[in-house]
Amino acid sequence: MEMVVVAPPAPGRLEDLRRRFLATPLQALLSLVSLAVMVFLAWKLLNWAVFAAVFTTSGGPVACQAAAGACWSVIAARWRIILFGLYPFEEQWRSALACVSVVVMTVLSCIPAFWTGRRIALVWGAGASLYYVLMKGGVLGLPYVGEEAWGGLALTLFIFVTTCLIGFPLAICLALLRRSDLPWISRTTGLIIDGVRSLPLISILFTFAIVLPFALPQWLQGDKLYRVILGSALFFSAYQAEIVRGGMQGVPSGQEEAAMALGMSYWQRISRIVLPQAMRNALPATINQFVVAFKETSLVVIVGFFEILASGNAAYGTGDWRFAYVEVYAFIALIYFVFVFSLSRYGAYLERRMAVGER
Amino acid sequence: MVSLLRNQKVRNALLQVLYVGSLAGMVLACVMIARRNLAEQGITSGFDFLFKSTGWDVNFSLLPATANDPYWWYFLIGIVNTLFLGSTGLILATIVGTIVGLARTSSNELARLLGRTYVDIFRNIPLILQVFFWYAVITHLPTPRAAHEAFGILLSSRGLYVPIPNVGGVAFAAAAIALIAAIALPVWLGRTSRLNQPVGERLGIQLTGAAAALACAVVILAVGRLPDLALLDFPALQGLNIKGGLRIPPEFSALAVAIAIYGGSYIAEIVRGGFKAVGKGQMEAAQSLGLSPWRVFTLVRLPLALRAMLPILANQYVWLMKATTMGIAVGFTDFFMIVALTINHSGQTLEAIGILMAGFLAINLSLAAVFNRINKAIALKGNQLRG
Repeated sequence: MEMVVVAPPAPGRLEDLRRRFLATPLQALLSLVSLAVMVFLAWKLLNWAVFAAVFTTSGGPVACQAAAGACWSVIAARWRIILFGLYPFEEQWRSALACVSVVVMTVLSCIPAFWTGRRIALVWGAGASLYYVLMKGGVLGLPYVGEEAWGGLALTLFIFVTTCLIGFPLAICLALLRRSDLPWISRTTGLIIDGVRSLPLISILFTFAIVLPFALPQWLQGDKLYRVILGSALFFSAYQAEIVRGGMQGVPSGQEEAAMALGMSYWQRISRIVLPQAMRNALPATINQFVVAFKETSLVVIVGFFEILASGNAAYGTGDWRFAYVEVYAFIALIYFVFVFSLSRYGAYLERRMAVGER
Repeated sequence: MVSLLRNQKVRNALLQVLYVGSLAGMVLACVMIARRNLAEQGITSGFDFLFKSTGWDVNFSLLPATANDPYWWYFLIGIVNTLFLGSTGLILATIVGTIVGLARTSSNELARLLGRTYVDIFRNIPLILQVFFWYAVITHLPTPRAAHEAFGILLSSRGLYVPIPNVGGVAFAAAAIALIAAIALPVWLGRTSRLNQPVGERLGIQLTGAAAALACAVVILAVGRLPDLALLDFPALQGLNIKGGLRIPPEFSALAVAIAIYGGSYIAEIVRGGFKAVGKGQMEAAQSLGLSPWRVFTLVRLPLALRAMLPILANQYVWLMKATTMGIAVGFTDFFMIVALTINHSGQTLEAIGILMAGFLAINLSLAAVFNRINKAIALKGNQLRG
């Protein structure tokens, strides 16, 4: 006798919808409530941000305040101060170009073809120096602009990039020192890492910006901006060091033993065998740490820097635009969102990409 | 000498001494320079300043505070404020996170989408921006004369005013503890193995326990009540300002709301991960035993998910505790702001930084200890087959 297996008939489109959203009374209720919340919020948001909003600057703040919706004129009137801070008006194209160079650099370093130590160092070195030359000037006929005039998005990106540039190599050093065979070296490094990790970032920034000048000889003090970057890099490296260490623990010990048996020196073992595999293990967590570092650049506002959040406060805080705080914060939030969301999506993509190799 | 350097042991010892020594030397040099610089400004180092009066005020304090109080009392106020803001934020964030996390694990696609949108939006905007935003929202509310009012609660640009019972401080705290006991006691009675009744048949005992605790609370309130005053003190407009009731300042509400929303989006992801970690087989086994969906959830899914998420949750709580330092951005006198003000006013830089580090170390370590304890208490006993 032959068995005939007949697949159940495929549900029609309506039946499919019913099964997905209205399977039981409870499900139906949940679907309806969720749908109602979503429609309500979407309508409110669209109405506020688009339909009832004012987009032109022609009416000035007074006409804008009367509108029922968002007053985007404040962005049209103040976008330069939000993005570039106190940077000289005629030179702001340099600030914009510097931001573009940093973004291009970040995008390039997300492409796997650039994932060798030398190439990534080259890209980041080139991007950072291009940024520095563009912002600071004084060469190639560009007028000089001191660090105290940097601000807005350009300053946020600068702090982010330099924090990563200093923090990443420092993190690898700390991770290597922590897994050293010599007990006092690993213990002391462990103490430093755990100590930094147990403190809030704000307190470290505050210490580096305001307290450190007391504790350093004159010739070592440097500019406040670079001290804060150093503090932020130290904080970044303490977290990143633990991520790198975790990655190293994932490398089977046979790998290093085999390298040792081949007669490789310590540096050869670390740079050719251990680190490449460890970085691969640690990649998702590393991207996540970059995301966190980007969000935490906003904390420098507390030690008195004019980065994008502070320039946003200034954009609505004075004069006629006092009522338009929601629009300014929404604009800044959108800028952060674009950067952070794309970075974290990229991290999620990497995680999936790597999971394929392990299946 | 050279032959000595070739000796591995000598070389290792030398390296360690060099490393630790140079680090210690750097720290020592910094401290020496700082002490000399401070001495030039006429500031003597040492902890004597702790007993001098501060001469400045704090804008928020749970403990009584005047400008005559000594510095050590102010540090205590700061720690209490930090813990209070932290625990309020933790509780709110946990509630938000649980709701959003459950929505994200729900079988309903629309609820999942809603939860995911929430997490994607609020996780990707820096906390301090959210703090600034909520602070701006609250300070732009109508003036006290045009305050929003509902159920005796007033909301204005000066803050949130809630009715408060006219009861002495100690009695109030005792009543609050009794109220918490009224919730916790039935839960404990339902699970403990010290009673002879089977677990399913304890409703009577549970209700008696809750009623007893509630009665305690009522008696405490009645005894501790301030004479000649109404039991509840309602806030009301008097002249240009609001008098009476308990005022929750805008700084505190902005921070608590921001921490709840931002922390909630992180906790939602932890909750989702915890539920995802529960094996499908365990839930199917529970279902096939004939347990109702509610019992499958409370007896199988939730306890297993809790075990999976607790260690990560502990890290998140420590992080949120540290996030209270953002109080300085809006002027909430948390522990860090008290330290910063102390440095400004007294110049005792090194000592204040030392106290700051010790304070946060203590907070972090005790939180970690509490969670280790809980973790150990709920860990599955014996050898488990997992999968």
